[in-house]
Amino acid sequence: MGDFDLSVIWNNLPFLWQGLQLSLWLTLLAVIGGIILGTGLALMRLSGIMPLALAAAGYVNLIRSVPLILVIFWFYFLVPLALGRPIGGFYSALIAFVMFEAAYYSEIIRAGIQSVRKGQVHAGQATGLSYWQIQRYVVLPQAFRNMIPILVTQGIILFQDTSLVFVVSLRDFMTASSIVARTEGRLAEMYIFAALVYFTICFAGSLFVRRLQKAKTA
Amino acid sequence: MNYNWNWGVLFEGEYLGWLISGVGWTFAVALAAWVLALAVGVLVGVGRTLPSKPVATLCTAYVELFRNVPLLVQLFLWYFVMPEIVPDDLGRWMKRDMPNPEYVTAVIGLGLYTASRVAEQVRAGINAVGPGLTSAAYANGFSTAQTYRYVLLPISFRLIVPPMTSEFLTIFKNSSLALTIGLLELTAQSQQIAEYTFQGFEAFTAATVIYVVIALGATVIAQTLEKYTRIPGYVGKD
Amino acid sequence: MISIENISKWYGDFQVLTDCTTHVGKGEVVVVCGPSGSGKSTLIKCVNGLEPVQQGRILVEDADVTAKGTNLTRLRSRIGMVFQHFELYPHMSVRENLCLGQQKVLVRSRDEANAKAEALISRVGLLPHIEKFPGQLSGGQQQRVAISRALAMDPIAMLFDEPTSALDPEMINEVLDVMVELAQDGMTMMVVTHEMGFARKVADRVVFMDAGRVVEDRATEEFFGNPESERAQDFLSKILNH
Repeated sequence: MGDFDLSVIWNNLPFLWQGLQLSLWLTLLAVIGGIILGTGLALMRLSGIMPLALAAAGYVNLIRSVPLILVIFWFYFLVPLALGRPIGGFYSALIAFVMFEAAYYSEIIRAGIQSVRKGQVHAGQATGLSYWQIQRYVVLPQAFRNMIPILVTQGIILFQDTSLVFVVSLRDFMTASSIVARTEGRLAEMYIFAALVYFTICFAGSLFVRRLQKAKTA
Repeated sequence: MNYNWNWGVLFEGEYLGWLISGVGWTFAVALAAWVLALAVGVLVGVGRTLPSKPVATLCTAYVELFRNVPLLVQLFLWYFVMPEIVPDDLGRWMKRDMPNPEYVTAVIGLGLYTASRVAEQVRAGINAVGPGLTSAAYANGFSTAQTYRYVLLPISFRLIVPPMTSEFLTIFKNSSLALTIGLLELTAQSQQIAEYTFQGFEAFTAATVIYVVIALGATVIAQTLEKYTRIPGYVGKD
Repeated sequence: MISIENISKWYGDFQVLTDCTTHVGKGEVVVVCGPSGSGKSTLIKCVNGLEPVQQGRILVEDADVTAKGTNLTRLRSRIGMVFQHFELYPHMSVRENLCLGQQKVLVRSRDEANAKAEALISRVGLLPHIEKFPGQLSGGQQQRVAISRALAMDPIAMLFDEPTSALDPEMINEVLDVMVELAQDGMTMMVVTHEMGFARKVADRVVFMDAGRVVEDRATEEFFGNPESERAQDFLSKILNH
């Protein structure tokens, strides 16, 4: 102790930066995919069509009962098996994250849709808009506006979750830090650095969310 | 899709034993970490609502720190880094003589992380009781401690039963991260069975089913708890 | 044009409407009044099928609102409705509020829809505000926009559900003026309101409801001259003696 060697970080910066880029890409794509799929699930649950609603509810509750790591293992095993060929760790991980996060996003989006006043739906109906037109032009735009802070918060959680691709050795920022830590024998420096980087990004994100919330109530 | 089904593998003595041992560790980690999370989380959560500025700031810092670093990184810090930065003697003891280091680390790491989430729920619960009742209690001549003990905590604890259930479930799910420091809990065991037998489908299905059963069980317990703790006619602020 | 025949409606076990019958002829203005909770808002929402009914039927022109196969969206597009809480789309400007239904339901071109929106919004004196969002307008202005939004669909009849009861008193008249003008232009209107001055001025008939039933349904002068039922007398004395 007492001999912190910061040069190890400096020397491996390009390698770590590559890892961080992978983490950020994975987050961005999984957020987009998760929101799209989650919106679909939420609309299915609220459609009033029993088989659709039940299927969506079953999926959401199933996914929300199991750990993300298990879901990652599942898709690493299933995706190549289903496609008959390996498609690379990144895409397996991406599919796992989209499928997993969609369940959480769908609950957020469902609450957001329900937060839109019933009178708004009535107004849409009274002008003769169809069910899907009302969702598309009246309900969803308002719901998403209300939900933006929570969606961003969930995005920050997702960014933290991407560190779990460590379990399948995909080279995100966490795995990259860990590789450097082991090969250079500098565990303390590297893991504290990793913690600092994650903290900085996530804390900045949560400050941003707070500003969004203030802007909304103002 | 070429796949040889063999559900029997799950009931072969060795692998069944792995699964059972995995479930045991999952419970052992989750429950012990939950106790720690509740104890620390309630203190920190209450601390954030106290009129004392330094205490509130300290508790806020705790929540922000633990919430904004991935649990995986926190576990590695406790496991790999802690022994390096404590005084040498203690560090040596942690590395060589501490019994069951993976388990202890997992409980501390998961417990203190979950405490930050519990603290947020506790704070939200106290804030939901609203300033009216707090003023009423002070007007009655209660001290701050008495106000919390007799008014704010009894009400807010009942209000936060539903979100706390979800945290309780989350701690079971998050206990799977213990596998990254070498603890063979349920997820790790299913992965190991998959590797040894090439029966990934069966192995992961077994783990999935067990997690779902745990979730259902926790939900039932929570609903019962909610029923017994409900205050007739009171639904919180608004 | 609108004919309500013996309708009854329940929320679970609770009966909100009992055997209600009335009608609105072409060009007629009918005011529906009654104490709160009497079911008048529910009744008017049944007319365009926003609330389903369990018994009886409602005809609009020749279409049966209550029948299973009826194309409700088509029918609704021909009846305008104005709500107590305006229900303007908060995420759209005044112009977009007026154009959405025109473009998506009536499939009008953007230019056509815009021209119509501008014409209607200038009629209620709000042209300078057409690019604003509902949240930037006063309650009275919002309700005038809402009326224009309904008119943009060229409705054959208009339904008003307590259009002034969420407004500050000084804004009520600007909305009523628009409605009076509309009535004088010959629009078919069914209006749930407590504004008895408005009823006296333009209503052809007044329907008085209490506890989910139509208690009186009479020509306006008769209703105000000598209401038959005790409940209507009681209601009128409470609402008029200020």
